[in-house]
Amino acid sequence: MSILRSLASRDRVFDFLVPVESPVDVRHGPILYLEDVTVSFDGFKAINDLNLTIDDGELRCIIGPNGAGKTTMMDIITGKTRPDSGKVWFGSRHDLLAMNEPQIASLGIGRKFQKPTVFEALTVFENLELAMAADKRILPTLTARMNGEIRDRIDEVLKTIGLAELRVRQAGILSHGQKQWLEIGMLLMQRPRLLLVDEPVAGMTEQEMERTAELLTGLAGKQSVVVVEHDMGFVRSIARKVTVLHQGSVLAEGSMDQVSSDPRVVEVYLGAEAEEEV
Amino acid sequence: MQSRSWLMRPFGERSTLIFLAVLLAAMALVTLMHLAVPPGHSLHVSAYTVNLFGKYLSYALLAVAVDLVWGYLGILSLGHGAFFAMGGYAMGMYLMRQIGDRGVYGHPVLPDFMVFLNWDSLPWYWHGFDMAGFAFLMVLLAPGALALIFGFLAFRSRVTGVYLSIITQALTFALMLAFFRNEMGFGGNNGLTDFREILGFNLRSSETRLGLFLASGVALAVGYLLCRAIVTSKLGRVCVATRDAEARTRFLGYRVERFQLFVFVVSAMLAGLAGALYVPQVGIINPSEFSPLFSIEIVLWVALGGRATLYGAVIGAILVNYAKTVFTGVMPDAWLFALGGLFVLVTVFLPRGVAGLLSLRLRRRRDADASFSAKEASA
Amino acid sequence: MRYPPMPGPAAVGARAGSAAEDSEPMHAATRGSWLMVLVLALAFVLGLTLTAPVSAQEAEAADDTAAQALLEALDVSSFSAKGEAIEAIVRSDDPRARDWLQALLDGRLQRTDDGRFVVALDNSGRQWPVEDALTGEALGEMSRRDLERIGINNALRNQLRSAIAVVDLYAADVGLRRASAERLLGEVDGDLAGPLAKVIEEEPDARVQERLIQALAIYRLEQGEFAAIDDLRGSLHPRVRVAFNRVLNSDDPALVDGAREALNSIEQMLKVNRAVETLYFGLSLGSVLVLAAIGLAITFGVMGVINMAHGELIMLGAYTTWAMQQLLPGQPGLALILAIPAGFLVAALAGIAIERGVIQFLKGRPLETLLATFGISLILQQLVRTVISPLNRTVITPEWMSGSIAINDALSLTLNRMVVLGFALVVFAALVLIMRRTRLGLEVRAVTQNRAMARSMGIRATRVDILTFALGSGVAGLAGVALSQLTNVGPNLGQNYIIDSFMVVVFGGVGNLWGTLVAGLSLGVINQVLEPWAGAVMAKIIVLVFIILFIQKRPRGLFPQKGRAAEG
Repeated sequence: MSILRSLASRDRVFDFLVPVESPVDVRHGPILYLEDVTVSFDGFKAINDLNLTIDDGELRCIIGPNGAGKTTMMDIITGKTRPDSGKVWFGSRHDLLAMNEPQIASLGIGRKFQKPTVFEALTVFENLELAMAADKRILPTLTARMNGEIRDRIDEVLKTIGLAELRVRQAGILSHGQKQWLEIGMLLMQRPRLLLVDEPVAGMTEQEMERTAELLTGLAGKQSVVVVEHDMGFVRSIARKVTVLHQGSVLAEGSMDQVSSDPRVVEVYLGAEAEEEV
Repeated sequence: MQSRSWLMRPFGERSTLIFLAVLLAAMALVTLMHLAVPPGHSLHVSAYTVNLFGKYLSYALLAVAVDLVWGYLGILSLGHGAFFAMGGYAMGMYLMRQIGDRGVYGHPVLPDFMVFLNWDSLPWYWHGFDMAGFAFLMVLLAPGALALIFGFLAFRSRVTGVYLSIITQALTFALMLAFFRNEMGFGGNNGLTDFREILGFNLRSSETRLGLFLASGVALAVGYLLCRAIVTSKLGRVCVATRDAEARTRFLGYRVERFQLFVFVVSAMLAGLAGALYVPQVGIINPSEFSPLFSIEIVLWVALGGRATLYGAVIGAILVNYAKTVFTGVMPDAWLFALGGLFVLVTVFLPRGVAGLLSLRLRRRRDADASFSAKEASA
Repeated sequence: MRYPPMPGPAAVGARAGSAAEDSEPMHAATRGSWLMVLVLALAFVLGLTLTAPVSAQEAEAADDTAAQALLEALDVSSFSAKGEAIEAIVRSDDPRARDWLQALLDGRLQRTDDGRFVVALDNSGRQWPVEDALTGEALGEMSRRDLERIGINNALRNQLRSAIAVVDLYAADVGLRRASAERLLGEVDGDLAGPLAKVIEEEPDARVQERLIQALAIYRLEQGEFAAIDDLRGSLHPRVRVAFNRVLNSDDPALVDGAREALNSIEQMLKVNRAVETLYFGLSLGSVLVLAAIGLAITFGVMGVINMAHGELIMLGAYTTWAMQQLLPGQPGLALILAIPAGFLVAALAGIAIERGVIQFLKGRPLETLLATFGISLILQQLVRTVISPLNRTVITPEWMSGSIAINDALSLTLNRMVVLGFALVVFAALVLIMRRTRLGLEVRAVTQNRAMARSMGIRATRVDILTFALGSGVAGLAGVALSQLTNVGPNLGQNYIIDSFMVVVFGGVGNLWGTLVAGLSLGVINQVLEPWAGAVMAKIIVLVFIILFIQKRPRGLFPQKGRAAEG
């Protein structure tokens, strides 16, 4: 049956690069491993010899002033930007630099954008449906049917992100905070091994932030989570380990207290804040 | 809501049922008024008019094909006329071969224009077109193959938006120039014409014309249902997702370029089918069908009808072409003014088209039809 | 042998100019001696005009009888005798000889019943105005029945033409001498060779001299003289090639080898010539593409606005040129120059109307903008068809733009294309300066990169939009003014350029003026290189397919904008 299906599936025609569908191998250490990664735009080095490892099940916060290379780093991990040099490994088996975005996504890396990106023309329910881990080739997608199991999973996530009442509304009418959550919900539907979350609490109220913090810390352990955030209060509330990026490379790493007492970090942050005020 | 098989799903939609009912009623009415009402009576529909309606229906199918890629995938193709024309040429080649030795020069195999050019044998790509089955297959495969190659290259390198529109326009322009050349073996400037019969039926008889009209109606219904089935499936939602946030869709694990390619090829094949129905009804196919003007006009039909609804495309195609028939008969100079004005008015004042006006009336809260992005409508 | 058409004043001027350049290294190492030559030449011409009438009168008194005898010799039935008589006239050094020979050639040399020779000034109709062939005295009108024509045949016609050429070699007017030297190539025979050598020595004009040397060398080559090859080397004149080819059949192996070798080098030079010509036509086509596309590079590349009516703005510029020439009849040159600002203004105003009327409502919806502006293009085309005419209008090319510059015997570059090429470069340079050096350019770049930020810094973004669009549209108008000199001005003018223009902009890299320049020129050259090999239509198709494939490979063109900003 499965052979028949793969024969009938037209996208197999071009499938030179079908990803090796295997669980991520984390027996030999970290789930994400970046070594000496460098990327430059027009001579400007956005990422400069970056080294970073994330352990399985870890919740890591990444902070740094504007232009430190946080978003570019996420672009590299998810395959949107190719680095000029360096290595990026997912577990010890998957070389992320040899893959494109959908392949990386189907390996189990989910990403939430800095600016909330949901499918505004689709309903909240449909947004989650598309995000759900499933066979994402063409024919299976075309012939996909809804069943009770799927519906239950979506309902469960809807409850988690607090949008159950809005399930049939178009995502375009949601508030900024609701969109943030919907996007997190889409990540949950993907059941990723690694979540990359870019500024999850921007534009949220104090209350919403608390719930988000709860959500993210709840995820850690089962999944690895990397959070990029500006809001220091939020970082302090969830972080166990913090990495400070500056000018494209790691400036400091450690617990929030260690990091915030590091004189180099203080200098960078004060300097950056002083500049911003000018 | 999604438990049916994807192909049966459109039958559960009210809008589709209404559309089918209206289409079938119109086809029955025209047939009745043509056959049962005696000529001379004010309600009689002449063979000429039947023919005209048949032409509109094939245009409507073309518009549905364009709406599938533009409305749901966000790809503004300014080159769909090329697929339409290729389907038309495939049909034209079959019709040419049907002429046999009854051409002006009486050659048993070669069409007149080849005799005129002193060719002594058929070019290889003309072989097989004497068989209806092969020719009808080519009607779908030729445009499909072009769409496959072009789309594969374009989507793989992520050419989108305006760039894609411009190169699709360049594509059809290049094909037009190519087909104008006599050496191409498609009749050059004059194209293919002087057809006599299709599947043994005389093309000039009113029965054949009625048959072609009905065939166009059926093709439109089938094409419409197929497109509806696609857009109401999960794949359709992936398309809309791609249209509104391509990068996000990729990060969810969908190979966006393959979905684009799949829908693009389906759309090209439908356009080819429309062209194949169009050619026997107008009796000629020439390179002007490749002209960028025609391709962009198709887009206007869709825009006027309302994109991302499919039935809007049908309404738009029929409205604009009816207006064209009336205008070019009464005041030919004014037609281009009207057409140009329509482009401006529709885009500026009627971004959701006639269907948008309709759905204001029949507003159903939650319908996959009305999936026109709120962002796009207001921005 | 055919007469070349009379060169227009512009062409003569151009020739004179290049002749002066040619002769400069010979005559003048310093400016002073160059001036002296000029003064001397002036004095010589003045002297001639003063002395000529006097000497003519003297000659008349002395030689009338001899002259009558010369003409009498023509009135014989044998054509070979006539030929000898013509030779005699040429050798006579009679100042009236040229007029007689010309009249004989034209069939206007007549004899009256009483044996006098007359020249008919106009031999159409029944009554011909005539003058005495010897005295030049006007004799009023005579019936053609009273006159008897001195007949000639084709052989004599040829002989007469070269005879006239020889006579012209003594003319004071350098233009006449040049034309005559030109005609002598390949026409020199044994009788002429001797006198010609003398003429060459006395000839003051270097160009005429060079031509005469070649003319003589062709004769010498035919006589089997090996040294003549050196005199002909480097000449690209078709007659020289004919002469060499003829020699290839000669019995003298050294001569054949020499000729072959010379022919090869000529062939080489012709190849270079053809390459230069292709390059020139390519650059010319490219300059047209650049002109048509550069306005688009601003509106599309800088503002991100797809203006499908851009072609029609070009058309408006071309029609403005036509209208200016209608307003200023008889002064096409002045009208053309005035059309430059006028065309810019008309197209810019139309552009502002389009921007204010339509495009501003479609901000951020590029595909809708594309459709709406396409509608505008249809309206503008139809407007021109209805108001002016569906037919092409004629735009006159002023004299200073017509004709061509002869680089050598096989290569001449048309002047109008050169002017357009120069014009395109000037427009391009001006645009680059505007974008780089002016306040407007700075504001445009600011608004392009970050609209909100620019606004908060006090830049009025709407005003910048209008001005940018007006600038881009105005440049389209300029393109139209230039195009009116190269192609037909009709309602479809713009349509023919819109796809090409978009291709150029996309190929060059959107938002990059230099990219547009490079893309336009190179596409023009590629097209011309392909044309002889594939045919005009096929060349265009190949270029289109090439660009389509190129965009797949490099979606952001030749010179892409890099970095994060470009991703947005």
